[in-house]
Amino acid sequence: MEHCENCKCKEKHDYALLAPVLEEYAKVPGSLITILQHAQEIYGYLPTDVLWHIAEETGIKPAKVLGVATFYTQFRFKPVGKYLILLCCGTACHVNGAKKIEETICEELGIKDGDTTDDGLFSLKVVACLGCCSLSPVMMINDETYGSLTPDKVKKILKELREKSEA
Amino acid sequence: MKIVVGQGSCGIAAGAGKIYDYFKENTSFAEISITGCIGMCYLEPIVDVIHDGIKRTYCKVSADILPEFSKALEEKDFENELLKKYELKDEDKAFLEKQTRIALRNCGIINPESIDDYIQAGGYKALTKVLEEMTPEQVIEVIKTSGLAGRGGAGFPTWFKWNAARQSQSEQKYLICNADEGDPGAFMDRAVIESDPHNLIEGMLIGAYAIGASEAVVYVRAEYPLAIVRLTNAIKQAEERGFLGNNIAGSGFSCKMRIKAGAGAFVCGEETALIESLEGQRGMPRLKPPFPAQKGYWQQPSNINNVETFANVAWILSNGGEAFAAMGTEDSKGTKVFALTGKIKRGGLVEIPMGKTLRDVIFDIGGGIRNNKEFKAVQMGGPSGGCIPTELLDTVIDYKKLSATGAIMGSGGMVVMDETTCMVDMARFFLDFTAKESCGKCIHCRIGTKRMLEILNRIVNGEGRDGDIELLEELCMTIKDGALCGLGQTAPNPVLTTIKYFRNEYEAHIYDKKCPAGHCASLITYQIDADKCRGCTLCARQCPVGAISGKVKEPHVIDTEKCIKCGKCRESCKFGAIHV
Repeated sequence: MEHCENCKCKEKHDYALLAPVLEEYAKVPGSLITILQHAQEIYGYLPTDVLWHIAEETGIKPAKVLGVATFYTQFRFKPVGKYLILLCCGTACHVNGAKKIEETICEELGIKDGDTTDDGLFSLKVVACLGCCSLSPVMMINDETYGSLTPDKVKKILKELREKSEA
Repeated sequence: MKIVVGQGSCGIAAGAGKIYDYFKENTSFAEISITGCIGMCYLEPIVDVIHDGIKRTYCKVSADILPEFSKALEEKDFENELLKKYELKDEDKAFLEKQTRIALRNCGIINPESIDDYIQAGGYKALTKVLEEMTPEQVIEVIKTSGLAGRGGAGFPTWFKWNAARQSQSEQKYLICNADEGDPGAFMDRAVIESDPHNLIEGMLIGAYAIGASEAVVYVRAEYPLAIVRLTNAIKQAEERGFLGNNIAGSGFSCKMRIKAGAGAFVCGEETALIESLEGQRGMPRLKPPFPAQKGYWQQPSNINNVETFANVAWILSNGGEAFAAMGTEDSKGTKVFALTGKIKRGGLVEIPMGKTLRDVIFDIGGGIRNNKEFKAVQMGGPSGGCIPTELLDTVIDYKKLSATGAIMGSGGMVVMDETTCMVDMARFFLDFTAKESCGKCIHCRIGTKRMLEILNRIVNGEGRDGDIELLEELCMTIKDGALCGLGQTAPNPVLTTIKYFRNEYEAHIYDKKCPAGHCASLITYQIDADKCRGCTLCARQCPVGAISGKVKEPHVIDTEKCIKCGKCRESCKFGAIHV
């Protein structure tokens, strides 16, 4: 990887991947969030050098690009694991024991909210509400939703995913 | 025969995807279709079977019974023991029968991915009628007659907003749908978009015609991927059929529609913050006036309504404003959808006419509290609302009456709590939420919520001090006065209502260092009831710190010095011998 000159970070990502997105949106006013969403989909997170690149291509000041990116909870600035666990801590989930579920996940994986396991398999993010309140407590792993969780059920799900990935 | 599998997010989370796949792959005797959310989330996955004009509903269908289930259907053996076991019970039928469905009228009935299904159910008739026969002013008049008010929370009269946007002179106006359903515990907007997206589109188009907008935007939460997929599909279908785009239905009226996915910020539910976000900025509220109806999106007149508000519009135009106004109370007209969750027996979506009581919804429709526990409170209005106690269960559902309790109607989240829920912890939970979600623009909200959270954390950790309650109350008033937008102005409500109705719990935490609900770990000790303990050793094996000792078949004891209060022993005990 080349060295990125703007931000002095150690990496330079492949901007060609983002080129079609920038071509479509760079000059459309109000599209910064959309561009950031696409960038995160492409790179898995928002690397600093990519944010600089977006700033350059759109003509929006780097400080503002970072300001917008850090405002919204959807955006992350570190790579995530193969399985991204979004654990719901909305009101209904809270009342029905989401805290216990969080403790179980943290214990099983040895990570905290916002971290990724050393093997790069799991990341945990606690979110406000996934809107599946009737099945609380709920979590979403990648695009799949799991409801009516208990500590044992969570352990089983994590074990199955780990086995699946090892196979 | 037609087999319809409920495929809302709740259904899919409960395993409906696998059930649909099974029927699709293995069934030749019936047509397989999907529908959205019927609202009986507690019974998902739900399968409807329509044969000879009779619809039978089967609940909690699991993947392992499918071969036998499917065989019985193929043989049309509806009296089969297995089918009977899974068929919808009478008490559950009542859950739906006691409702009046307008916004949700097609949810869980039609296929949300088919515009033909929607048209067959009478869809797009209201739009065609409006475009052919009515002036924008007449449309606004009908909405005024109906008494429809904003269903997002504030309850502002819809016609007034439409009229203000109509009166604003500009070449370009915008109609925006607020689908940034951020209140934890509310999911009616998600259900409407996932289950009946064309209803939203039709309502929005009527609104766009009324105010004179040629562009409509739906701002959807990023956490609702299925809703985005279904709405994208519906917009495409509507364009193909000429209901969206240039010269709609030959009327000369043109309007295009697009989706903007939000990026996760609760404050973007506030309309001016939402506009900032649409413009690609940090979602921070603007000072009003000017109101969005004068200067909104890109400084042009804009009208913003919530999903549920739009979901009522087509029905009102078809049935007349009087029909809608005939339901409800003097102050609040029509119906309201509630997301009934928490410690409730039958949780899901409930749409009822205004004027029913909280008791009707929670006990009559929702079946009361799970596991024979005692009702304690219902939280309404999410982080902007409050907790309503038992003695106010007969409060009538009406904007003013609910506000008088200190809670609000809100977007319709109803989280039911039982005796094991600690009200101080609930207040702490909401302040944790608002402190995180405060955009930071106003000092009182940014710092005030943080200070309140610190005090509440202190109280639940057993370090509460004399004067904390008064300090909280003072901070509440300061934040209410000093915040620019609804988030800050209402953030103290969960604290104020819990202090008002459950002051004794605060006092118990602060002065007696006890949590009456037995929830706050720092204030409880686990004990084993020697009379109930059978000495099965299960708890001792579960304890992560080895704090439980005892011989087999003899009562065990917990070493409170060692105990970390994780509660695993209580969960594992089969005899209910462990208590706090």
